[in-house]
Amino acid sequence: MKYCLKEVAAVIRSKNAGPYELTLDVMLKDRETFDRLKEADVINKKTIAALYHIPEEDVLSIIYFPNALAIKATIVRPLPSGAIGERDVYGAQQHAPLVNFTFEM
Amino acid sequence: MKEFRILSPTGIVGYGFPEESFAAGVALKPDLIACDAGSTDPGPYYLGSGIPFTNDTAVKRDLTLMLKAACELHVPLIVGSAGGSGATPHLERDVRIVREIAREQKLSFKLAVISAEFEKDYLLEALRAGRIEKLGPAPEVTEEDILASTHIVAQMGIEPIMRALDDGAQVIICGRCYDPAAFAALPVWLGYDKALALHLGKILECAAICATPGSGSDCIMGYLGEDYFCVEPLNPERRCTPASVAAHTLYEKSNPTILPGPSGHLDLNECRFTAENERRVRVTGSRFVPERIPSVKLEGCRQAGFRTISICGNRDPIFISQVEDILNDLKKRTAANLSADFEYQLDFIVYGKNGVMGALETADRITSHEIGIVVDALADTQEHASAVCSVARSTLLHYGYPGRIATAGNLAFPFSPSDIKVGPVFVFSVYALLRDEDPASLFKRSYEMIGEE
Repeated sequence: MKYCLKEVAAVIRSKNAGPYELTLDVMLKDRETFDRLKEADVINKKTIAALYHIPEEDVLSIIYFPNALAIKATIVRPLPSGAIGERDVYGAQQHAPLVNFTFEM
Repeated sequence: MKEFRILSPTGIVGYGFPEESFAAGVALKPDLIACDAGSTDPGPYYLGSGIPFTNDTAVKRDLTLMLKAACELHVPLIVGSAGGSGATPHLERDVRIVREIAREQKLSFKLAVISAEFEKDYLLEALRAGRIEKLGPAPEVTEEDILASTHIVAQMGIEPIMRALDDGAQVIICGRCYDPAAFAALPVWLGYDKALALHLGKILECAAICATPGSGSDCIMGYLGEDYFCVEPLNPERRCTPASVAAHTLYEKSNPTILPGPSGHLDLNECRFTAENERRVRVTGSRFVPERIPSVKLEGCRQAGFRTISICGNRDPIFISQVEDILNDLKKRTAANLSADFEYQLDFIVYGKNGVMGALETADRITSHEIGIVVDALADTQEHASAVCSVARSTLLHYGYPGRIATAGNLAFPFSPSDIKVGPVFVFSVYALLRDEDPASLFKRSYEMIGEE
């Protein structure tokens, strides 16, 4: 069955994690969906790299965190915080590609 | 072991908090009032320039309530990362405000001020000795990076704060500080478990963000026991749930269960979060794994020049369809029209296209009826930056692109003057680890008896 991430997630957000990293959090609405997503390996380095058009090695980690029904992906910021040409100092508006992410499960 | 109570008034000194929540916390007789005052979130400008990102009046309001309560209760007040970035000018600003409040409110206490700014000679020596290590995706630190920096600080851990407690300080104002350290130092000094104290500090430093609904500007209370801690918000409209507290360690961290800090990391993999009641959560199982040689995180910034910007918009469908080509060509035209004998950088931020995500944007076409353009010019002096911005803006205003039918001008300016001098621009120049066997010795402490003449 086809799902859209915004329909199963309670939170989809991005934030800087220090000046050189950007971290993406998805918190699911219920444990069943979290377990199924984890089982199906829906969010992994490959999917994040494809969603953001970045090389897989720039996806530093993917962590499933059951205590908060959360999946966390951390990527290298294209430019460090406040660098010339940088666009989002707090990194709080880099989540959009995840919102309409659709997947089979 | 008696339960140790910590009152955390707000996420950052100067962000404010409701007086009712604070009074409710004071009524519970905390053993410590602690507050974080800084972050690198607002970017490199504040550390680089020495200017605090928090406002003097707002900081004075928050510190007045905290200092009065700490003196009334005879408990310590510990503030971490003074003035936002925790370098010497930021620390001095907050210490000046503390003295002012003490004078006005007739308060007396022994004040400790702990500096976190580093001398360049010391760091050059440490670099040559191989004691400065690369950290994550940040570049390797060079001698040039250290020499070019305007301010370099390190995040102190609990060790220097514990030394100030040894020396009898009641109010401790710290320069740049690992956020949880201001909360954990006193309980660890008293013999409480380091892992639990640091994990509790990690949660309390963001105030009520761990509650639901969350807030970075409302008070929260932490209760530390021998083998557990609890958190509970002080505003009756908020509550803590196991999920809201567990989720907190996700926030702006790259890994929610392994949290690196000075001298070691917290391992939260075995943590259990349970509801004590509707509003209070109990946490057990936090572990601390020490490093072989302790480390502290260095942060430094250098000036990259001066910036002048111009904000404008366009509502012409023919222009919008060609905006990428127009702006690429504009860079060449600007160079030709300016004949600059100085280095500069010219960038255009196009809202409606990829203004928010830049290189990460995946949408490949503009669907908006209008776009916003920020002309961003950077050069070695303010005058040069303004010259680049001015020539780029005027060239763009009258630029003749193929098929142009709106021949009076390409840009809508919301303001006169159209160009804004932003001033000096800073970038991160040092982001690395400094290793030292005795981290407490890295941070200079000074003392002052306040209010006793």
